[in-house]
Amino acid sequence: MTMTQAEITSVLQELLHKIAPEVDLARVEPGESLREALDIDSFDFVNFLGGIHDKLGVDVPETDYGKVRTLSQLVNYLSARIK
Amino acid sequence: MPSLGVDMQAGTLTDWKVKPGDHVRRGDVIATVETDKANVDVEIYENGVVDRLAAKPGDKLPVGTLLAVIRGEGEAAAPAAPKRVAASPLARYKARELGVDLTTLSGTGPHGVIEAADVERAAQAARPTVAAPVPPAPPAPAPAPPAGTPAMTGMRRAIAAAMARSNREIPHYYLETRIDMHTALHWLEQVNLERSVKDRILPAAMLLKAVAVALTQVPELNGYWVNDDYQIKEQIHIGMAISLRSGGLVIPAIHDVDEKSVGDVMEAVRDLITRTREGRLKSSELTDGTITVTNLGDLGVETVFGVIYPPQVALIGFGRITPQAHVADEMIGIRPVLSATLAADHRATDGHRGAQFLTALNGVLQEPDKL
Repeated sequence: MTMTQAEITSVLQELLHKIAPEVDLARVEPGESLREALDIDSFDFVNFLGGIHDKLGVDVPETDYGKVRTLSQLVNYLSARIK
Repeated sequence: MPSLGVDMQAGTLTDWKVKPGDHVRRGDVIATVETDKANVDVEIYENGVVDRLAAKPGDKLPVGTLLAVIRGEGEAAAPAAPKRVAASPLARYKARELGVDLTTLSGTGPHGVIEAADVERAAQAARPTVAAPVPPAPPAPAPAPPAGTPAMTGMRRAIAAAMARSNREIPHYYLETRIDMHTALHWLEQVNLERSVKDRILPAAMLLKAVAVALTQVPELNGYWVNDDYQIKEQIHIGMAISLRSGGLVIPAIHDVDEKSVGDVMEAVRDLITRTREGRLKSSELTDGTITVTNLGDLGVETVFGVIYPPQVALIGFGRITPQAHVADEMIGIRPVLSATLAADHRATDGHRGAQFLTALNGVLQEPDKL
């Protein structure tokens, strides 16, 4: 499976919308911390990663949490791992 | 209408799950009630048969109002056989808790039904050393929201009432300790390596279990202060403060945390957060908490000084785990450090006991493999 960055972003936005439906995702800057911008806690974040695993087949290990803080970081991280 | 927390004054019956003649067992859900905070499945406290339903869906009723009459298994429906004592579910629950014989009471509720306040008065009167009991005020209907204050939701009003009562009635004392989390986090990392992303255990679940284990060593912080009486509870049901995206918070309890594995606690946390945010809680989850844990570490808060949720006597606050210079074995190193605070009721315990609890908590987290 190959996906463009736009397609990955779309999947991520769909998942984030379920967690924070009241947030206008278009206003979230690519370099902004997702947890701060969306006011999501660690439980929501783990659920979000679970959704990524289901939809994109990528497991983000705990040791990599620091590498996926922003939308752009996450998209780049997933692009490199989706096969 | 059961009291589903100190901050509840009234509830709206939304649905009956039973009908007259149905057999019910302790723990069965018999109705759903909408409160200011959630839709709640109301459970029954004892086995029996539904004799009659005294309210209809849509009724908004003050706490203590009769919802239904349940008669014991084998008892004939009134009025044929020995008449069963008419009492609200909350009154029966309190009677068991306080050791009051319902058959000796006269009820002040509609049609003479015994209400929780009747039981509390009887329990207070039975104690020889206390001053003359002051009858509690009858439950009042929830006040109408004042005009022009859209921010003052029903939930905000309920939280305001509960926290004001807590600050008014409970002489809080606070203690703080800093815990080196290196060993605990390393252990958790190893445990999570074997788990899928969805099953990963969050530090919050490990901390809940650690609190429960520490409470088995210092049980005095696990209990209620009711009617000037202090009751230590054997079972450890930890109320977990959960914030809602729409504002406000709910404190449902996870039952018997000390008896669960850390993985099971995580599963319970996951289930409880999901149902809380969907507004699907059980009455026992809102009423059974024996202590509260609030964790604001996700929001970057370093130290939490909480307000106790009555009638509980303690609240544990956790802040963010941050890398800090930490001295151990006369060596300074950078370690992940957690600020743990205890807010406790000085009527129930003293600082000495509180300090013992925090020391126990620290000790438990230094040996996470024993959790």
